Amino acid sequence: MGYTLNFAAVWRDIDLLFMGLGLSLVLAAASIAIGCLIGLATAFVLISKQRAGRSLAAGYVTAIRNTPILVLILFTYFALPQLGLRLGKIESFVFTLSIYAGAYLAEVFRGALLSVPKGLREAGLAIGLSEWQIKSSIIIPVMLRNVLPSLSSTFISLFKDTSLAAAIAVPELTFYARKINNESFRVIETWLIASLFYVVTCTILAMLLRVVEKRMAIPR
Amino acid sequence: MPHLLEIRDLHKSFGQTEVLKGVDCAMEQGDVVCVIGSSGSGKTTMLRCINMLEDFEGGTIAIDGQQIGYETQRSQRKRRREREIARQRALTGMVFQQFNLFPHMTALANITLGLIKVKKMRREEANATAERWLDRVGLLERKGRFPGQLSGGQQQRVAIARAIAMNPKLMLFDEVTSALDPELVNEVLQVIKDLARDGMTMLLVTHEMRFAYEVSKRVIFMNEGRIGEEGDPKQMFLKPKTERLAEFLKSSSFH
Repeated sequence: MGYTLNFAAVWRDIDLLFMGLGLSLVLAAASIAIGCLIGLATAFVLISKQRAGRSLAAGYVTAIRNTPILVLILFTYFALPQLGLRLGKIESFVFTLSIYAGAYLAEVFRGALLSVPKGLREAGLAIGLSEWQIKSSIIIPVMLRNVLPSLSSTFISLFKDTSLAAAIAVPELTFYARKINNESFRVIETWLIASLFYVVTCTILAMLLRVVEKRMAIPR
Repeated sequence: MPHLLEIRDLHKSFGQTEVLKGVDCAMEQGDVVCVIGSSGSGKTTMLRCINMLEDFEGGTIAIDGQQIGYETQRSQRKRRREREIARQRALTGMVFQQFNLFPHMTALANITLGLIKVKKMRREEANATAERWLDRVGLLERKGRFPGQLSGGQQQRVAIARAIAMNPKLMLFDEVTSALDPELVNEVLQVIKDLARDGMTMLLVTHEMRFAYEVSKRVIFMNEGRIGEEGDPKQMFLKPKTERLAEFLKSSSFH
């Protein structure tokens, strides 16, 4: 075992890793934002009285949750163009991760929506609010505040899942780590540093989310 | 002049069970009417039909001559459109047994929400209106508190302010003290008494017999989906005409 650690090669290209990290964060933020919208819409359909819509939404959730995300990424990037939908790498990945996040979040939101007391809707109706105003001003804000603590780990998982974008050569953190590895052959150093990037970022994200959680919590 | 509230032959079923079997009732402006009766007699359901929290299958409800919830087109009874119903709901204000304050909003914001979204008031005007009503229920200094930081009695007073700030023609109270600890009941009843004295038109479902006796101009006794007896509170409580009312009063806490 004559391996001497030498970080010089990784250090030289550290700016690439930061660039990659930047894109990873953008990918995660975009996918979480779009995923929340998809999840919210799906959750409302899941609890609606519309039977056809409900089956469709349940089908979507089941299909996505039971497919490995790597397969989804490859499917979107390689198979969809054959069907006439051509997307760039980044768009393709954000599309996939959003759909994936949406399916997970739909389940979480569905349960959370059911736990919002019915009386709040009735109080909204009684002062003359429309169903849409009740959803946007009362039901969704209350639900989100209740559910946020249980979402932190989901959001962090989604950030980590962005590393799979390397599979379709999206230039994010893992992609650049592999590039540095291939060019320098400093295998241990490269992947050690890349891991460190993920660990530190996730820790900071968790801390930030806890702050948001506290700020958003309903005071009692 | 149409009655302020006129209910005619109101019928309502939940599945197979008929809860309201033809209720007739009229109120004029400034009336304070208490509805009493055992649970399951249909009191709350009647109240909830007036602001269309419940649909109903038969009969009509009119406020100021305006038919609530349904319209008749070519002798076909049709439910009004949601927007129309929402507009009609603002004719009444409702206070619930469970308060139902919006937990993520301050006391003040609970009141301004409807003023801004439904009455289209500007924020400053809405705040001023809300503060005026919070002052009326004695909670102005708590305007920045959230419902979870208020006692049950305080929450219910905010809920009353929220409903009345919308300037409804008729206030509906649905067993508003039933969820309160006994020592908090009085502060809520006092607020309602003050409103009654100011001439607010109110229909109250209540289990507080003493309160009904003191505050109402007229009492309605509901029994098995119909009005069992109605009239002047003194006569009703002291000399009930029907056997059912006499029994009910005996079993309730009125003495």
